[in-house]
Amino acid sequence: MTTTSKVPLKDGIEGFVSDWSSDQRAFKGVPWGKAMMWIFLLSDTFIFSIFLISYMTARWSTVEPWPNTSEVFALTVNGVSVPLLLIAIMTFILITSSGTMAMAVRSGYQKKRRQAAALLYLTAVLGLSFVGMQAFEWSKLIEEGIRPWDNPFGARQFGSIFFMVTGFHGFHVSVGVIFLFLIARKVQRGDYDTGRRGFFTWQKGRYEIIETMGLYWHFVDLVWVFIFAFFYLW
Amino acid sequence: MSESIIPESELEEVELYHPKSWWTEKVFSQDAKLIAIQYGLTAFAIGFVALVLSWFMRIQIAFPEMAIISEGTYYQFITMHGMIMVVYLLTALFLGAFGNYMIPLMVGARDMVFPYLNMISYWTYLIAVLVLFVSFFTPGGPTGAGWTLYPPQAILGGTPGQETGIILMLVSLCIFIVGFTMGGLNYVITILQARTRGMTLMRMPLTIWGIFTATVLALFAFPALFVSAVMMLFDKLLMTSFFMPALVEFGENLTYGGGSPILFQHLFWFFGHPEVYIVALPAFGIVSDLISIHARKNIFGFRMMVWAIVGIGALSFIVWAHHMYVSGMNPYFGFFFATTTLIIAVPTALKVYNWILTLWKGNIHLTIPMLFCLGFIVTFLNGGLTGLFLGNVIVDVPLSDTYFVVAHFHMVMGIAPVLVILGAIYHWYPLITGKMMHDGMGRFHFWVTFVGSYLIYFPMHYLGFIGVPRRYYEMGQTEALYTSSAADLNVFITIAALAVGFAQLVFVFNVFWSAKNGEVAEKNPWKATSLEWRTPEQPPIHGNFGKELPVVYRWAYDYSVPGAEDDFIPQDVPNEKVTLAEGYSELGVEKT
Repeated sequence: MTTTSKVPLKDGIEGFVSDWSSDQRAFKGVPWGKAMMWIFLLSDTFIFSIFLISYMTARWSTVEPWPNTSEVFALTVNGVSVPLLLIAIMTFILITSSGTMAMAVRSGYQKKRRQAAALLYLTAVLGLSFVGMQAFEWSKLIEEGIRPWDNPFGARQFGSIFFMVTGFHGFHVSVGVIFLFLIARKVQRGDYDTGRRGFFTWQKGRYEIIETMGLYWHFVDLVWVFIFAFFYLW
Repeated sequence: MSESIIPESELEEVELYHPKSWWTEKVFSQDAKLIAIQYGLTAFAIGFVALVLSWFMRIQIAFPEMAIISEGTYYQFITMHGMIMVVYLLTALFLGAFGNYMIPLMVGARDMVFPYLNMISYWTYLIAVLVLFVSFFTPGGPTGAGWTLYPPQAILGGTPGQETGIILMLVSLCIFIVGFTMGGLNYVITILQARTRGMTLMRMPLTIWGIFTATVLALFAFPALFVSAVMMLFDKLLMTSFFMPALVEFGENLTYGGGSPILFQHLFWFFGHPEVYIVALPAFGIVSDLISIHARKNIFGFRMMVWAIVGIGALSFIVWAHHMYVSGMNPYFGFFFATTTLIIAVPTALKVYNWILTLWKGNIHLTIPMLFCLGFIVTFLNGGLTGLFLGNVIVDVPLSDTYFVVAHFHMVMGIAPVLVILGAIYHWYPLITGKMMHDGMGRFHFWVTFVGSYLIYFPMHYLGFIGVPRRYYEMGQTEALYTSSAADLNVFITIAALAVGFAQLVFVFNVFWSAKNGEVAEKNPWKATSLEWRTPEQPPIHGNFGKELPVVYRWAYDYSVPGAEDDFIPQDVPNEKVTLAEGYSELGVEKT
């Protein structure tokens, strides 16, 4: 007998099960924080799915006509009404921020401290500008008379569900921005090199946290794509 | 049985948080064991409130001429009783209390993976409980919409507590879900990613399997409740019309219009049905372990038990509309959901058979935990069988909204899980406090609780069959439905309910009395194999295990192994270290 610690691998479903149930960790090499973020995002997926399903139900059950989205969401530039202009810019910014986030993850793993911090700050600023433009869009709609309880352009559920879902998404982005700034500051200060402890948790962090943060950020981005499709294009 | 191959440690030793003051040690503790006790005590405190509410309701039903509470109060009590018992007591107790205490110990970890988040989870839960409790003292009182909170009536005039009670209820639920999510992520990741060497998922005790699957269900089911609570809050506060159709109230048109009340029912039960299993699955797991330990026999069909838990968990997401047969949804839906409902009975029945086959020819010790387990099996079987009646559309329609339904769900998700909780407390009390609970008081508690709850809920099936509707404050002049036999039965039920209530006071007294005056427990008093009894100290201290984490060599059910001298082999004992019985050359092999 050799002293190898390997248990013979099994085929088919049995192998699948024994892989999953294997010793100590189900996901090999995955840090706790990252695994937790994945499960959290699965749970959050349910939240947004239910929001969107409720949206579809509301759109079907209401008796009044749904407003024409390409008119409601149009922006007037130089006297010309351009449909979906603001949303196109917002979407572009958010997707760009996903790109800078991905670059920040790579820099983090390469231990390029300054570069990672700069990219994280950039991501946070892009996120912040997204929230700002959303605030602008909200104020424009409110000026035009759209309220959660009322909508001069058609079904009142339009206003209710729009403010609720984009608000909930905007809340996710805002939380993300706050954490991006916090992590960026920690990276900049070199906390993950010096092993400085967190103020609340008293735990040492690692560069892996940038990837965990990235998962959340990409998720928020992905949710936006669905909101974009369902609210603005439908 | 056991492979003596010890895998390398994949995880670095974790750095524990060491409290620096009395506050961080005893109050804002990050130790999962203390958090578990905090969860447990809070859940029991608010659960006791719900118990007292049920006494008032029972007295009102039995003696309507006394008019001990008003109509509005009756609905408020019914609502609060239901919501507290299901969410704030059972869910918090199984996952928050048992989950926190047992997961790190049973999988061989020093603590939860995110102790700080775990602590926040408890304090968020406490805030949710307080917000709910405050609604008793607000103008208009707590909500009286029934625990299902169906709109449109839940937020309209005429429903008690529509001023502030309903708002506080919805806010409290949202806070609860946020707090639970923080804890739930901890439980799942600790089980998946922080087990000790040798602890594969298929060697975990079923307690952990039950808690794990229930937590996953909760993480995917609570979002539906969260979203519907947010939407109803908006309907109430911002006058949106998500769930509100056009309505006329006292001859006046309300500003609502175009919403779908059925949508709320779908969302609520998409949460509500998995919730039944969030409560039931940990109970299934715990009862499997207790039966195995106290019958000194390995659990029958361990792998099938695991698959049954996972299967029930998955199926529980596609049965929700069997709560809505009379809601006016498409009848074809009823056909689909009746079918899935009956399919879910298959893995459930499999578990019941396996418990009975575990007992079969076992060395049954009639300890208090075992008594509670036996009580659980019959109660659960009873409640499960009436579920077959209610799961069929045709039988459900006449039985809907009668006492038959009350009897069914109290048997299956009220009494049955509570019996397991009580049994589990008697079982793990020596571990948690180092003392044994008083045996005489415990036996008194069991018999009164078990027999008493049968006396309460068995006659309710009869009440349901003769058509007595549930949620009625009094039956008034309805002789056709409410015969004198029904009235007499209600008096009988109330007396039984008060007796059972009294027995719970004895239990509470026993818990506190034994903590001080109980007999000091010997180490591992039930001779169990799982890791929670293998800590150097009993009760376990911060960090759970000594310098070295235990290494697991076998599953948790090596009881009465032929060839071993003791009738149990703990999980962290390798084959070479097992003391052999006389006449055996190795485990299972007799000397020739």
